[in-house]
This record gives sequence, structure tokens and C-alpha cells, in this order.
Amino acid sequence: MTDEQPRTISRRALLRGAGAAGAAAAASAVGVSAEPAVAPSPAAAPPAMQPAGATAPGRVVYEQLSADEADLLEAIADQLIPEDEHGPGAVAAGAVVYIDRALGGALSGSREAYRGGLAAFERYCRSSRGARFRELPHVDQVSVLIDVETGAATGARTGFAGSSGAFFGMVRSHVLQGTFGDPYYGGNQNFVGWDLIKYPGVRTAVSPGLQTALEAGELEPNHRSAYDADNFEKAVVSRATKETHHGD
Amino acid sequence: MATRLPGTDVVIVGLGAAGGVAALPLANAGLDIVGLEAGSRLTKRDFAPDEIRNNVRDWPFAVRKCATEVPTTRRSRADTAVQRGGHPMMNGVGGTTLHYWAQSWRLNPWDFKVVSETTRRYGRSRLPAGTTVEDWPFGYEELEPFYDRIEHEIGVSGQAGNVRGQKNPRGNPFEGPRDRDYPMPALRWTGFLDRMADSARTLGWQPFPGPAAINSEAYQGRSGCMYHGHCNKGGCHVDAKNSPAVTTIPRAEATGRLKVVTHATVTKIETDNQGKVTGVTYLQDREEFFQPARFVFVSTYTYENVRLLLLSKSRAFPIGLSNNHAQVGKHYLSHHQGAGVTALFPYDLHAWYGLPAQGVAVDDFADDNFDHGGLDFIGGGNMWAYSDRRPISAASMGTFGRAPSWGSAWKSFIRENADRTNSAYIQKTTLPYAANYLDLDPTVTDPLGFPVIRITAEYKDNELALAAYLQDKMARWYREAGAIEVLRGGLGGQMGVTTHAYGGTRMGDDPETNVVNRYGLSHEVPNLGVLGASVMGTSGARNPTLTAQALAWRTAEHVAKNWSSIVE
Repeated sequence: MTDEQPRTISRRALLRGAGAAGAAAAASAVGVSAEPAVAPSPAAAPPAMQPAGATAPGRVVYEQLSADEADLLEAIADQLIPEDEHGPGAVAAGAVVYIDRALGGALSGSREAYRGGLAAFERYCRSSRGARFRELPHVDQVSVLIDVETGAATGARTGFAGSSGAFFGMVRSHVLQGTFGDPYYGGNQNFVGWDLIKYPGVRTAVSPGLQTALEAGELEPNHRSAYDADNFEKAVVSRATKETHHGD
Repeated sequence: MATRLPGTDVVIVGLGAAGGVAALPLANAGLDIVGLEAGSRLTKRDFAPDEIRNNVRDWPFAVRKCATEVPTTRRSRADTAVQRGGHPMMNGVGGTTLHYWAQSWRLNPWDFKVVSETTRRYGRSRLPAGTTVEDWPFGYEELEPFYDRIEHEIGVSGQAGNVRGQKNPRGNPFEGPRDRDYPMPALRWTGFLDRMADSARTLGWQPFPGPAAINSEAYQGRSGCMYHGHCNKGGCHVDAKNSPAVTTIPRAEATGRLKVVTHATVTKIETDNQGKVTGVTYLQDREEFFQPARFVFVSTYTYENVRLLLLSKSRAFPIGLSNNHAQVGKHYLSHHQGAGVTALFPYDLHAWYGLPAQGVAVDDFADDNFDHGGLDFIGGGNMWAYSDRRPISAASMGTFGRAPSWGSAWKSFIRENADRTNSAYIQKTTLPYAANYLDLDPTVTDPLGFPVIRITAEYKDNELALAAYLQDKMARWYREAGAIEVLRGGLGGQMGVTTHAYGGTRMGDDPETNVVNRYGLSHEVPNLGVLGASVMGTSGARNPTLTAQALAWRTAEHVAKNWSSIVE
């Protein structure tokens, strides 16, 4: 295939990160491991799970999103799929890392929709609730998101191009992709998405015995990316075909 | 100026489901063939079990010519057609069979005789107003040997229900008689599929496993299915999906008679002033070539077959090749596959490692298998409950009004229910109508400047009544299996761009209403053949591919056997 190879570890991430530790964090952030299917160790905890005040090597290095955009998107993702008694949510899964990396590749057609949509989202928070989204109490964050989801935040004042609901739908679908997709793309870190819905994992062969074990509730989840083994080409397309006109 | 290449006996434009099959009987007969394919060759290394790539980003079929020529659509003449969404097919050696579901049904005998059988049983007035449906020029029994040939040549798994009149209750009791069993047993079932089959029997129906061009066991040196769950829009990583790319095409190449040319975009079929085809012009890396040929097959899918003919104007064919009777693009229909039914169960279905061709079918309400005397439609639907689930689509499930669509309550809902939904696939008889047709769009073009196809089509009352009737049956089936929620999709309206597109170059004896004759050769051009579902005049209630392949083999064999008289 002649398509461009995905950046398994971004050169920019390596340059921006603080030395080897930063590189390791960046590698972890895109879910690519030199070893196949190992149990996650505490040291490999996704950067986003670390406290905000952690030292530089632990921070996610965003390539496409500005710091403000990433902060806002993380806060939105945290409401869509929160961390709770059922385990980690979208932020710990690295859903925003997934979106950031994809905006530089397959979802580049959505870059402007994010730029404009996030700015409109923040303007709507200020004008309707008097503060930035991250500064709002939980109940107000929920009500803002409901406004955006239902299209009620649409209007010339906020600058949502078309319905705010279209922006919400785009973000939600990408957060789902980043939480439940293959970790190769930077999300679903430590397989938190697959464990949440009890997906038993990527397997290249499922014998009748394995299916029987699955139906008996005795099949252990297989924590691995499709690309952990060397069976498959990692070719990707540079542009998605279905990702156009979001936010219209 | 196009570079003129050495001549060949046959050019096949498009090496997909139909063209890829036709190459083999031609090669076996000793004819030299050039196969022009717009896409590239893909191998099992290209088919990772990766939902983002296969299903979310539509790889590998995003890499394709057809993405640049998506048809425009509109409901009726009064509307302006626009492009909506993408193109569902792909370019590549093997075409869309590289990633299709591979359900490989024969049509029911009734599908060949909709007019005469409806007239005989209910009276001619029961044919819907405006339909242009005709009986096929032959019956099921004419095509049976070719169905049989394809089933064994590429490998189809399934359970026969009628071998030479001998009924087997484990198979489809309504199928036409077949000469012998499938070459492989049906794909295995899951506990949920067993339960659906039991529920159907409780309702007095006759469930059976569907046929698939997927190896249920090792066949012809290729592996059996591994059930890894990424078959739907994914290529097969062990070559168990029996695309022509791994069956008939390599066999034809092994004869030394088939030369495959990839990345070749055919722009025109050329004709002389006597109205015979002389070859085709194609682009490869922006360079133009003329490939002379004594016979040309177009096998590029329904939309491109019609487009290529309409674009190939000449002195002998001023409004498009083989279109002097103005029938190219007429009698178009897209299979009514919508109006689905989705259910929520109170137990896990264990569907993660399934595939869409692994399922249980009920044909009791398909075709004319039931009495339509008191009903307001003709035809019917094949109900298909199958096993297919991947994590992103599972997490994107609707919540049946039981939870919001995000937040902690949603998270709790999908944690419990991600593996508890099932959506039925119900394929329904769809008829051609005078108001439904394909032509060239007056304004929208591809990057080369050629007009794209314009689809003017909508489902009519017969299709809508039928869809509602089948939804009732499906809902009953799900409830019997214990569903706690059942949702029905909309009945449908406009016909969009689809993977099941029929007509436009219909096959029939009358050149006034059909583009190709009973052998699939043009009524107007002696050395032009058309392959694919564009020659089919009825849809039946099941996937078109096996029928298109059986017809392709039959047409190619006819050309090979009558070569000297056809190309004289």
C-alpha cells in the first residue's frame, strides 16, 4: 500500500517531551508497546490519570489541540464517560489523545469543526452560565452539555456553525472511538474501554472451545492490540470518507 | 494521444464478484483476457481486525476510484439530486467481495416469474401500479447448474433443504431443487442462534442456517473461518472468505491466459461505425492507453456499468453504447434492506466472535411462500438474525429509552447491555417502476470531468406495506426469544446509494425493454457483454452476489462456446 504510515511515536512528541521519560510517556499515550500484551504496570499508567501538578514527563503532549482546547475537551469527555464505581472513563482511556492524533491524520477534515466548536462551546458557557466550562459545578456542566446536545445552544451569539447538536454528536462519536477502539490509535489505554463493556478482546482465531468458554463466562479477556503481533500491515488512510461536514 | 496496446481476445472491465468469476471459464477455453481493475491487489496482511480502520474509517475501501464518483440521489423528477454520504463499494482485485458479508443465496423460483405467477395465483391486477417488472427470460432451473458450479468453484457453506425434490427440514424448505448438497456444512451457530431457531419453531416457522461464501472447514487448500468477529467490512486474514481474489482469479491467472492490470480507470468503450466494440480506453497514472479487444465485458457494478455505457457515445450510439432503445438506466431498483427491527434481551448474546453470515433464517414470509390473498402487497422478505458485534458499535447502541446517551447512568447501561442487542436484517422483494431510473447527473462530475450517475428512485406502496408486515413478524420472533424491548426502523422512502443495486441493463428477450439478451450480451452490440446485478430484473428477498456470479459464469461460458460466431 502506498498510504502514509501512521506515526506510531510522534517525532514532535519526542522532541517536546522531556527526554527519555517523555518519550516513554508519549509511546504509552499512543498505546504502542514493544512487547505484546503485557499487564499494565503502575509505571505505565496513562498520563491523563496523573495529577495535574505532576512533573513534565507525565503530561500528555498534544499535537493538534491547543492546551485550552485539550483541557476543555478532557472536561467534556469526563462528563460523557465519567470515572465512577464502574471504573475509569474516557479521560483515563485517552480518548482525547485519540482525537488529537486523529485530527492530524484521518480526522483532519474535522479540525476546523473542533476549533470552531470548542470556541463556541466556551462562549456559550460564559454567556449562559457566566464561567468557563471547567469552572462550572458538575450540575451546570451537565445542563450545558444537554443544551449543546439538544441544539438549544445554537445561535448567532455562540457561533456554533449550524446546530450545536451536530458538534455534540461529532464529539460523542469520537470519544466513543477513542474509548472503545483499538489502543493502537492512542485511546482505550490499558483496555479500560473493552473491559467496561466486557469485550473479551482481539483474537485472530476463536475455536468452538473458546466460544463455549465465552458463553460459560469463563473466557479471560485478551488484552492486546490487533497490531501487537506482526500479522498485519499498519496502513491507514490519510482522510476519513465519512467524517465530512460535521458541525454543519 | 492514447498509447495503443497489443490486442487481446477479451477485456473484462472490473475484476470484482462478477468479472472475477467470468475470467475463469474464458481462460479455461483458451481465450486471452486482459482484466482491467481500478483498484489494487490486497492480501490478508491488509485485513487487520481493527474496527476503527474497517468500520469507522472505511478502510480499505476508502482507497478507491468509486469514492470520487458517488451517485447523486433524489426521490423524484421534481427534486434536485445531491450526493449524500459515500459509495458503499470498493475497488480492488476481487472488488467488494474482499469485505462483503458473503451471504450466498440462490434466488427463489418465484423471483424469476413474478408476473406470470402473480397473475396465475392472484390475477394481473395485483401487480403494483407503475411497475415495469417482467418475467426473466428463463426460470430457476436454467440457472441451477451455474449456481451449483459457483457454489463448488468458490466454496459455499450451507445446509441444503431440497436436493432433487428430497426435502430436508434442517435446510430451507422453500428453496428450488438443487442438484446436490453444498460443498461444506453451514457455519456454526451460537447459543443465541440456537435459541432463535427454537423460538421460530415454537411459532410454527421453519428456521435454517443461511449459505455463505465462507469456508466452514478447510476447502481447496484454504482455511476454515476463524470467527474473529471482524468479517463485517473486513477482509479475511486467513483467506476463508471466498472472494474471486483468492479463488477464480488466481486460477485464471495460473492458465497464463489472464493478465491483470491494476490502477486502470476505464473511461470509454470504443466502437466502430458498424456498431461493434473495438476495445477500451483507460487511464493509468494519468497516462492514457487504448486496449484493443475482440470482445468486451463490463462488470463494474450497477452504477458504473450504466455510467460507462452512457458515457461511451459514438456515431453508431449517439446517446450511449447499447442505448439506441433508450433502456440503459431503466428498471433500476435498490433492494429494500431497511426497515429493520432491533431488540434488547435480558441476557448476554455472546456475539463478539460472530460474523454477519453466521445466522438463522426464516423464509416462511419470503417471496410467494405464503398466501397473499388477503394482503395488499406481493412478494415477501427473508428474516435473518445473525451474530455480529464489535466494541465501538456495541458502545454506540441505542438505549431503548432506558438511559440517557452519556454520563454515569449511560455507562452503567452499556456495561450491562452492550452484548444484549440484536438487529435483524430483513431483505424484501423490491420491484422496478417506470419512475425509478438511473441517468447521468446534469451538473455533478468526477475529478476527470465525467458526470456521475443520478439515482431517481423511491420505494412504492408495495415495498412499504411489505416492510411493515415483515417488521411485525420479526418483532414476534424476538419477543418469543425473550426480548424485553423491540424497536422498528422507519419504513423507508428514497432509495439511496446501496450495495444491492439492480437493473439499468436488464436482461430479457425483448430489445424494446431490455439492454441485454438472455445470455447477457447486448441486444445492439454483438461483441459486448454485461455482468453483474445490473442485468437482474427482480431482486428476490436475498443477497444478489451468488446470482450475479452464476449469471457471469453462464454468460462467459456462452461466449467461449460460441466465440467464432460472436466475434465474426
